[in-house]
Amino acid sequence: MYKVESATKLADRVYEYWIRAPQVAKHARAGQFIILRLHEAGERVPLTISAVRGDTVRVIFMAVGKTTQELATLHAGDSIKDVVGPLGKPSEIENYGTCCIIGGGVGIASTPLIAKELKNAGNHVIGIIGARNADLLILEDEMQEICDEFYITTDDGSKGVHGFAADVLKKLLEERKIDRVWIIGPAIMMKVTSGVTVPYGVKTYVSLNPIMVDGTGMCGSCRVTVGGETKFACVDGPEFDAHQVDFVELMQRQRIYTGQEKVSLERFAEHQCRCGEGGHHHE
Amino acid sequence: MSDRPADVRVHDFREVDTGLSAAEAIAEAERCLQCKKPLCVRGCPVCIDIPAFIREIADGNFPRAARSLKDQNMLPAICGRVCPQEAQCEGVCILGNKETPIRIGALERFVADWERGNGPELPEVAKPTGKRVAVVGSGPAGLTAAAELARAGHAVTIFESLHEAGGVLTYGIPAFRLPKEVVKAEIDQVLALGARLKKNHLAGRSISMDELLDYDAVFLGTGAGLPAFMCIPGENLNGVYSANEFLTRVNLMHADAFPAFDTPVLHGARVAVIGGGNVAMDSARVARRLGAKVSLIYRRGEEEMPARKAEVLHANEEGIEFFTCTNPTRILGEQCCVTGIECVKMSLCGIDASGRRSPEPIEGSEFTLDVDMVIQAIGTSPNPLLVSLIPGLERGRRGNVAVDKNGRTSIPHVYAGGDIATGAATVIEAMGSAKRAAAAINAMLKGE
Repeated sequence: MYKVESATKLADRVYEYWIRAPQVAKHARAGQFIILRLHEAGERVPLTISAVRGDTVRVIFMAVGKTTQELATLHAGDSIKDVVGPLGKPSEIENYGTCCIIGGGVGIASTPLIAKELKNAGNHVIGIIGARNADLLILEDEMQEICDEFYITTDDGSKGVHGFAADVLKKLLEERKIDRVWIIGPAIMMKVTSGVTVPYGVKTYVSLNPIMVDGTGMCGSCRVTVGGETKFACVDGPEFDAHQVDFVELMQRQRIYTGQEKVSLERFAEHQCRCGEGGHHHE
Repeated sequence: MSDRPADVRVHDFREVDTGLSAAEAIAEAERCLQCKKPLCVRGCPVCIDIPAFIREIADGNFPRAARSLKDQNMLPAICGRVCPQEAQCEGVCILGNKETPIRIGALERFVADWERGNGPELPEVAKPTGKRVAVVGSGPAGLTAAAELARAGHAVTIFESLHEAGGVLTYGIPAFRLPKEVVKAEIDQVLALGARLKKNHLAGRSISMDELLDYDAVFLGTGAGLPAFMCIPGENLNGVYSANEFLTRVNLMHADAFPAFDTPVLHGARVAVIGGGNVAMDSARVARRLGAKVSLIYRRGEEEMPARKAEVLHANEEGIEFFTCTNPTRILGEQCCVTGIECVKMSLCGIDASGRRSPEPIEGSEFTLDVDMVIQAIGTSPNPLLVSLIPGLERGRRGNVAVDKNGRTSIPHVYAGGDIATGAATVIEAMGSAKRAAAAINAMLKGE
């Protein structure tokens, strides 16, 4: 069993959990993820490792599906049945010169570890975090502290630059040389934002989040097409060269179980109602 | 012993073969000629003293039969069910020349089941040697190595990346062929010998290579987990599965019981399974139990199928439609979902490197099957994750770990067995190679 050390609500439907998992914490590197299973009837769900402190790892997630909603009902002191990790290849950290790291929505969760390791490797690190509105921005202070330069964007202009992270990135690319870019967020955001770096020929990494089962290269559920070849995101990734990724296929494959996910969620909501659970214990 | 009727069993995941009664087992055991030079033992990859345990059954002494069996094999209830006895012990039984060979597998299963039901007796464990051994993977090879080494008194730690032990026994072979409580009970027996199991530990990631190599000996039994795909157009459409994924969703994650269990699986109405091995039969029969009309597509003839004859027969009985001498060329889709599979008929001519007739496409024989789901069961290759992380570990041509006949790798105290060393093979072959490696590890640790 893996104990939840703390559970905090960061924004609407967005939660930050610190989970005790010594074997993960000891070896975790930027860009890697865990798979957790809540209980005997649970599914295996991948979540990016957002930070490490002692024996604990941090995950940040949006409670949108059945499992993430159920996870969000856990309190500090509760336990998770299974946690395995760190999985996937670590980010390719080197001293490249100037690196820009972009997080969109809940994808911001992945940015601090990568930014920190890039910084430690001697890079000049530019951070951009973007969300639909100011209320959905997370990890602002943390990223501000790590990054040499830091930008905020909101779609509605309620904080920082009015617009998308892609707009800020484009402006930066016009002004100076950027050596590497990382983009982490929803698939559509990664697709659009990574398109910006193509004409500048800047190597750009994206962290892909397809559906997984084992997460160790055994099933191929997470297969993605990269540069015309089939890759397994769990072991060949999750980070890939953005300019080679077939994002349309990724988004299609993310929708395989839309119907079942709805059934599962409705069943869970019904159960929560009957048990009188509100699901707002974190405020 | 009898098989449950096909029209009944396709509606559940309970075991097909109901096993022998005590009277049937004794009668069968009495047929054994008790050969002086038993061929059956030579046909057994783990060298079970077959006449000895059969003699005990004939005498009605089931506890002694179990003891004799477990002397060489700690997983008898599993082996009794999934070993291809017809190609091993039973295949060489002298009685097979005139009548039917002794049903050794059924007898092995009977004894193991009898013992499980009557409180298993634990084999003797040597006193602690103070040596630490890491076993990576808890499939047939890892469990066998762990059992042998724990019995020799070494402190064994098994590392398993999944949340359940058993490897392919748990995620791969369906319950109607190998009930999960049988697997669990035999794993518990291995653990009762003193082996420690660390689940949720992916070696190379959750434990570093340095931590692993710090053990006095390491046994790699990470299996052939990497699924092969055909590399034909349409393969990444929604509704195309590797057999590994489809079977894992059902066997390990219980997707057949969705939404009571959270993991979903697609329920195709018409499913094509590609392949002719045991995994293809398992996939087809699981899909059938999920309610599909199943077509099995294999590029050679039924005679050439690598699956056990009994499994081919079971699949046939359960209404799986066979398209032999047929090869898929393209998976068709609309709106990213599968709508059909385009195939070509094959003619068999010449003999290829595998000794089987070599299939060639027949021009103009293309046809399309209307299906909404495809499962590819065309083989797996050695899991590259861990072995690629061990510097200096020599690998063979197919990505397997290179070993000598005793399972020694290119690194002095690292051994390997099972599919990671041999490439995809059977449960019992994995166990045989693990046993040889365990013996070599034991000799090394004793300074012999």
